[in-house]
Amino acid sequence: MATTAPILELRGITKTFGSVQALENVDFEVRSGEVMALVGDNGAGKSTLIKSVAGIYPIDAGEIRFDDRKVGVHGPKDAARLGIEVVYQDLALCDNLDVVQNMFLGREVHSPLFRLRESPMEQRTAETLKSLSVTTIRSIRQPVASLSGGQRQSVAVARAVLWNSRVVILDEPTAALGVAQTRQVLDLVQRLAEQGLGVVLVSHNLNDVFEVATRITVLRLGRSVGVYEREHTTQQEIVSAITFGVSDGKTAT
Amino acid sequence: MSSSAQPSTAELRQPDVPDSFAAVMRQRVEALKAGDVGSLPVIIFMVAIVVFFTLKVNVFFTAVNFDNLLPQMTQVTVMAIGVVFVLLIGEIDLSIGYLSGLCSVVLAELQLPGSGHHYAWWIAILGAVAVGAFIGAVQGSIVAFLGVPSFVVTLAGLLAWQGVIIQALGTQGVITVYDRQINDVSNYFFSNRFGWGLASLVTAGFVLIAAGRVISRRRAGLRVGNVVVLLFPVIVWSTAAWLAVAVANHDRGVPFAGVLMVALLVFWTYVAQRTTFGRHVYAVGGNAEAARRAGINVAFIRVAVFTISGAMAAVGGIVAASFLQSVDLTAGSGTILLDAIAAAVIGGTSLFGGRGFVKAALLGALITQTAQNGIDLVGYSDAVKDVVVAVILLAAVTLDTVSRRRLARAGR
Repeated sequence: MATTAPILELRGITKTFGSVQALENVDFEVRSGEVMALVGDNGAGKSTLIKSVAGIYPIDAGEIRFDDRKVGVHGPKDAARLGIEVVYQDLALCDNLDVVQNMFLGREVHSPLFRLRESPMEQRTAETLKSLSVTTIRSIRQPVASLSGGQRQSVAVARAVLWNSRVVILDEPTAALGVAQTRQVLDLVQRLAEQGLGVVLVSHNLNDVFEVATRITVLRLGRSVGVYEREHTTQQEIVSAITFGVSDGKTAT
Repeated sequence: MSSSAQPSTAELRQPDVPDSFAAVMRQRVEALKAGDVGSLPVIIFMVAIVVFFTLKVNVFFTAVNFDNLLPQMTQVTVMAIGVVFVLLIGEIDLSIGYLSGLCSVVLAELQLPGSGHHYAWWIAILGAVAVGAFIGAVQGSIVAFLGVPSFVVTLAGLLAWQGVIIQALGTQGVITVYDRQINDVSNYFFSNRFGWGLASLVTAGFVLIAAGRVISRRRAGLRVGNVVVLLFPVIVWSTAAWLAVAVANHDRGVPFAGVLMVALLVFWTYVAQRTTFGRHVYAVGGNAEAARRAGINVAFIRVAVFTISGAMAAVGGIVAASFLQSVDLTAGSGTILLDAIAAAVIGGTSLFGGRGFVKAALLGALITQTAQNGIDLVGYSDAVKDVVVAVILLAAVTLDTVSRRRLARAGR
């Protein structure tokens, strides 16, 4: 299902915070229709890497390529324009707003005089949730504060796909969820890939990763250790890559 | 919203949009039990206050008193609208009292005959509003760009503008407002026929809004919902408008100040509920980081909200100057700052940001000003007035805190 050319490609990304080298010459890629897992221990640079792609941190060196073109990502709007959407660990939803309002936050449908047009927004929210088979939300006009963790995560993911996005980056989407809700979110992740999006899954949970990922990129101490095909690797191999950084030549870095 | 999809988890439920009136009422009662009290406490407070003072003094429940009350409460309501916006983004503005005083000084100076800067009434009014908005923008910029807590910035404003008022009025201590148009703001009453016209306009407006909603939802293929629920605000606000006009017409007529107040309430409600700007104000108050990541210019929203607060303080100052037909050293002093903040909070605006409506300014001002008006008529001292307002304020904030906790526990 995955095409060969990567849709998003990072080459030699380097980022320092003062004297701390957060990322050093990191390569990373994701193709359309695949779930690329990004794993690593705490402090391996996973969050820094995705925030660089999202335009939250400017990178010090390296290049970001999208559709095989070099692009500059200098802010969240640049990323959004390219079709890169990030679903953050802390969700980034406004509890006081309802599902529709959160889905369209910052990109509301409005008439020339900034008058909100609620009906199309409500309609598209319902359609998007339906296309992702999110059926557990009772009313899309209820505040997000009243949703369960899995439902909130579903809203955050649905918001990311609403914009005809092509790459969706999910930061620890199952971290705070119970078994049934984790199931729900993993199904959703799979559906995103089936719809032809490039999905980046950042996770600590290797069970989740092995369940949905097509390939796995391992980071350690700000460097890439390697890229592994899920079908040709084992959890033990990934664990040792995360812990000791042993790269056995699957992909040179 | 079909329910044909197979349940994949135990959590799956049928989408249930309430359509029958009974279902809507059941949902309201459930929300109430979970701690979502809405406007209920305001209504209970209001009824209690009206009943108490009606029994206590004869002149309280009269058309004359109603016509006196409206211009009196306009200043508080108008300033409380600004406070609602500031509270919605989770900030506070303590400067609005003396800022309103300062703007009324600007107004008085610009209309002063023989002063060398005697301009038309509308220039004086625009000048006062511009000064208020500008100062609000400056204070907001310090909050938004330098990250200084709004409490400190506006506390500094409170002290500074008080000083500027004393300095400006220092030698004579008072400026009389001679301009007729400016004095009309608080002292003009419309003819009966004009009053009825306004009431018709309110009804027509609400009907149009409801109709527009039905048409737009039909066109988008969305469910329209229950007719009674749809008509509820139309009926409530129309009734309120017709009753208010009927009572006012019984005395001098509808006061201009009352119309100004309602117009500003409608305008700012529109801005808060129906524009992208309003949506972003709520977002910044709910989760500023989420708003920033969604691409909203959080700093701009903060500056704009403090600008609104400053401009509304200026309007309050204009109403006050017109009401007294003069501006003196007490301009913006006394309880006006706390009255405005109390009104916004009592009306149901959360101090924690993101929750509340512009109409809270009206509801809160109605409660505090009606209570104060009643106390004046009974002949109790100002000391009693302060204590009563304090008790209402504390009760309202306690209710907000408790209902918030219950909402959190109910997972809403």
